[in-house]
Amino acid sequence: MSLLEVRDLAVAFGRTRAVDGISFTLSEGETLGLVGESGCGKSTTALALMRLLHGAELHGSAIFGDCELLRLGETAMRAIRGAQMGMIFQDPGTALHPLIRVGDQVSEVMRAHLGISGEEARARSLELFRKVGIAAPEQRLRAYPHELSGGMCQRVMIAAAIACSPRLLIADEPTTALDVTVQAQILELIRAISRDARMAVILITHDLGVVAGLTDRVAVMYAGRIVEVATTDRLFAAPGHPYSRGLLGSLPKLDSGWNEELPTIPGSIETAAGAGGCRFAPRCPLASEICRNEPPLMAIGEGRFAACWKAS
Amino acid sequence: MSDILLTEVAGVAPRGRAHILRRFLHHKLAVLGVVVIALLGVAAAGATWLAPYDPDYIEIGQRYAPPLSDGRLLGADDLGRDVQSRLMFAGRISLSVGIAAMLVTLIVGFAVGAFAAYLGGFIDVALMRLTDVMLCFPSVFLLLFVAAFVTPTLTSIALMIGLTCWMEIARIVHAQILSLKSADFIAAAQLAGAPAWRIVLRQILPNTLAPLLVAATLNTANAILLESYISFLGYGIQPPQASWGNMLTNAQSDFQVDAWLAVFPGLAITLAVASFNFIGDGLRDALDPRVSHNER
Amino acid sequence: MVRYLFNRLGQSAVLLIGVSIIGFALMHLAPGGPLAVYTLNPTVTAQDIERVKHQFGLDQPVYVQYFKWAGGLVTGQWGYSFFGGRPVSAIVLERLPATFELMGSSLLLALIIGVAIGMLAAVRRNSILDYATATAAMIALSLPTFWFGLLGIFVFAQTLGWLPAGGIETTGGGGFADRMWHLVLPMLVLAFVLVAQWSRYTRSTMLEILGQDYMRTARAKGLRPARVLLAHGLRAALVPLVTLAGLQLPLLVGGALVTETVFSWPGMGLLFVNALGTRDYPVLMAILMVGALVVVLGNLLADVIVALIDPRIKLGHV
Repeated sequence: MSLLEVRDLAVAFGRTRAVDGISFTLSEGETLGLVGESGCGKSTTALALMRLLHGAELHGSAIFGDCELLRLGETAMRAIRGAQMGMIFQDPGTALHPLIRVGDQVSEVMRAHLGISGEEARARSLELFRKVGIAAPEQRLRAYPHELSGGMCQRVMIAAAIACSPRLLIADEPTTALDVTVQAQILELIRAISRDARMAVILITHDLGVVAGLTDRVAVMYAGRIVEVATTDRLFAAPGHPYSRGLLGSLPKLDSGWNEELPTIPGSIETAAGAGGCRFAPRCPLASEICRNEPPLMAIGEGRFAACWKAS
Repeated sequence: MSDILLTEVAGVAPRGRAHILRRFLHHKLAVLGVVVIALLGVAAAGATWLAPYDPDYIEIGQRYAPPLSDGRLLGADDLGRDVQSRLMFAGRISLSVGIAAMLVTLIVGFAVGAFAAYLGGFIDVALMRLTDVMLCFPSVFLLLFVAAFVTPTLTSIALMIGLTCWMEIARIVHAQILSLKSADFIAAAQLAGAPAWRIVLRQILPNTLAPLLVAATLNTANAILLESYISFLGYGIQPPQASWGNMLTNAQSDFQVDAWLAVFPGLAITLAVASFNFIGDGLRDALDPRVSHNER
Repeated sequence: MVRYLFNRLGQSAVLLIGVSIIGFALMHLAPGGPLAVYTLNPTVTAQDIERVKHQFGLDQPVYVQYFKWAGGLVTGQWGYSFFGGRPVSAIVLERLPATFELMGSSLLLALIIGVAIGMLAAVRRNSILDYATATAAMIALSLPTFWFGLLGIFVFAQTLGWLPAGGIETTGGGGFADRMWHLVLPMLVLAFVLVAQWSRYTRSTMLEILGQDYMRTARAKGLRPARVLLAHGLRAALVPLVTLAGLQLPLLVGGALVTETVFSWPGMGLLFVNALGTRDYPVLMAILMVGALVVVLGNLLADVIVALIDPRIKLGHV
C-alpha cells in the first residue's frame, strides 16, 4: 500500500514553473532517491510536499495516507509537519537556531505534537540523542549549535525530525555540507533509523554515490520533470535515459586512471528547451527529429520508467 | 530625530542612473516629498513677490484674525501680522538653516572621515574616537549648551547644528573609504602618481556619493527639526525675523486663544521634515542594490 | 564572556575620558570660563578674581586644571550653582529619578508596541498594513516633539480635560495614582516617536531573520505560527534590537529633554532649559556630563545583555 502518491505535481512561482508535473509513489518504509543537478526542482518538490513554500502556486495532487497535502488547511498541515513528516536540511549549521539549546530544539517538536510535559520531552530527547549516536548526550542536550561539529548538528536535526516517529522523512541534501568522513556516518544513520522504524525516506541529492547504497528506488529529475524512475540496482546496472547515463558516466570509478578526464554532460540545465519537446534534447547525444515531441514517462522494463523515445 | 535613520544607510552602492531614477520614481511618497519641497522652496524663495503682505507689518485691528477672513488665507497673529506671509518668509530661514547645516555636516563629516581613513594610524584612531565621543552627547543638549553663549544668527545656528551632527557622515565616509582603500583602481591612481587630495576628490568622493546623498537628505530633515526647537526656546532665530520654530514660541498660550496660530507653523515643519525624510527613504531604496524592485 | 566584557568596559572608559575632555573644553569655551559667576557679578573686583583664580588653580597649566576638574567630577565635586550656591551634584541628582521614570516608561511602552508593529509589518510585508505603518512611522519621526506635545496638551488636557496638562503630580502632592495620571501624556508623547523608530528597526531586523534557514526549520517542525515568530524569530531579533536600543540612547535622552520642557516634568531636561535661561553653566555642564554618562553606561548595559542572550559571545564567535 502506498504511503505517498504524487500525481502531476507542479509548482509555479509567477510564470516560471520550478516543478512541472511530476508523479511518483512511495510505499510504507520505502526509501526513494530524488536525484538531479541543482536547479532541477528536487528541493522545491520537497518543500512543496511540506507546504513550506511562500508565494508559490501548487497544482496536481499529493495524497499522504488519506490526506490531500496540497489542499489541506494550514492547521491540519501543521499537525502533519514534524509529526508525520519530518524534514532535515542541507546545512545543519544554519538550520538550527543559534540561540536555543539543541536539546530544547528537539524537545519542542514533541511538546508541540505529543502534548507531553517538558520533563518527559527532555527524557525522550536524551533517548533520541543516544539513538542518533551523540556521545555524552546528557551534556550535549544543553549545548548550543556553535559548540557542536557539523556532523553532530546534523544528528541533532535528525533527532528532531524523527522525534515524533514520522511515517516519512524528507532529507534534503543531508550530507552536502558535511566533511566526507562524516557523510557516510550520517547516511548509515538515516538507513538504520528508516529500517528499524519502517519509516519511508525521500532522499534528495545531486550525488548518485549517496543514493547507491541507501535507496530502494531512484527518481531522476531534469528541469522540473522526472525523466527516469527505476529500482536503484537496475538504474545503476542499465540506466535507461541518456541523462541518467550521463550522470552515471560522470561518477569517478575506482579503476579509472588518475589522468583520465571525467566525462561530463555538455551544456547546462539552463539550456533546457522551453516550448514542447524533450527538455534534455539540446544536451542529448541521441537527440533526433522525434525528440521535438515531449516524451511521456514510459515503462521500459519491469519497474522501470523513462521519459525518452530512445530508451530501450 | 531623523539621524536615527542614518544607521540604516550603510551598504549603498552606485548604480546606473536611469535605473536609480526609475526606482526612485517608483517610491510615490518620495516623489511627493520632492514636489512638496519644490513648492515650499518656491514659496520661500519667492516670498518677497508672492507673499500677500509684509510679514512684519503690524495691524492691530487684525489681531487674531481667523483663517479665511478678509482675504487672509491663514489669518493673522497676536500682533495682526499675516500668518501666511510670515510662514513663507520663515520657510526661507528654516529651509536655509536646514540646508546650510546639512552642508556643514557634509564638509566636517567628510573631512574627519576621509582624513582618518586615508591617513590611518594614530590620526585615524584619534579622529574616530572623537566621533564616538561626540555621539555620546545627546545632540539637543550639546546644541543648546553652545547656543546659550553664541550670538544667534542664521550662519551661527547653521554652524552649530552642523558641528553637532556630523558624526554619522564621518562614520559612513570612514567605512566607505576603508573598503575602497584596498580597491584596485585606487592603487592604480597611486601608481600613476596622483596626489592624495586628488585621489580623494576624483576617486573616493564619487564612490561614497550614494550613501552620503541619503545621509545628507536625512540630515537636512534633522537640522530643520533642531532649528525649530532651539528657536522655539528662544535660542535660535530671533524675532521679529520669523522662523517656523520661533513662530511657535507662544504656542502654549496660542492654543487657548487662537489654536490656528500654533497649528500652521507646526504643520509647516512636519511637512518639510517628512518630505526630506521620504526623499531620503526613496533615495536609499533606489540606491541600495540589495533591495529588490518590488520590495518598496 | 569575561574577556568580552572587559573589552567593552575598556571601551566605555575611553569614551568617558573623551567625554570629559570635550566637557572640559566646552566649559572653557563658555564666556567667562569657569569663573563666569564672578565676572558677571559687579561687586567682585579684578583683584578678587585673581585671588579666586589662584584659589581654583586656574593659573596652573591646562593639563593640571583638567586633572583637578576630572578628579572633582569623579568624586562628585561638580561645583556650585551660580544661583543659590547649592552643590550642583545635589541639584542634578535629585532630578534624575523623574527623568528615568519618564524615559523608562516610554521606552518600555514603545518597545512593546513598536516591536509588535514591526513584527506584524515584516510578516505581512508589502501589505496595506506594512505600507500604512511605515508611512505613519515616517510622519511620526518628522513631527517636532515639542509641538506635538503642546498639541497633546491642547487636545487632551485643555479641550477634553481628560489628563493633567503638566507636572509630575498635583501641587501639594498626590498619591501613586496621581503620579501615574500625570505620567500618561508625556509618556505617550515621548513613546510616539520611539514607537516609530522601533517599528522600523524591528521590521528590517525581522525581514532578515524570516529568511533564515532556522525559521524554515521551525515551520517544518509544525510549531504554531505564534511560537515560530516569538520563540524563534523574536529570540533571534533580540540581539540586534538590544544593541540598537543602546545606540539610540542619545535620541531617547534628547527626546526626554524636549518632552520634559513641554510638560514641566521636573527632570534633568527641564532643569537644563531653566539653567539655560540663567546661564547657570555649572548646572548645564553637569547635566551634559550626566547625559553622556547615561548614554555610555546604557551602551555598556546593552553589551552586557547581548552577552547574556547570545551564547556565541562566550567563545568570542561574534
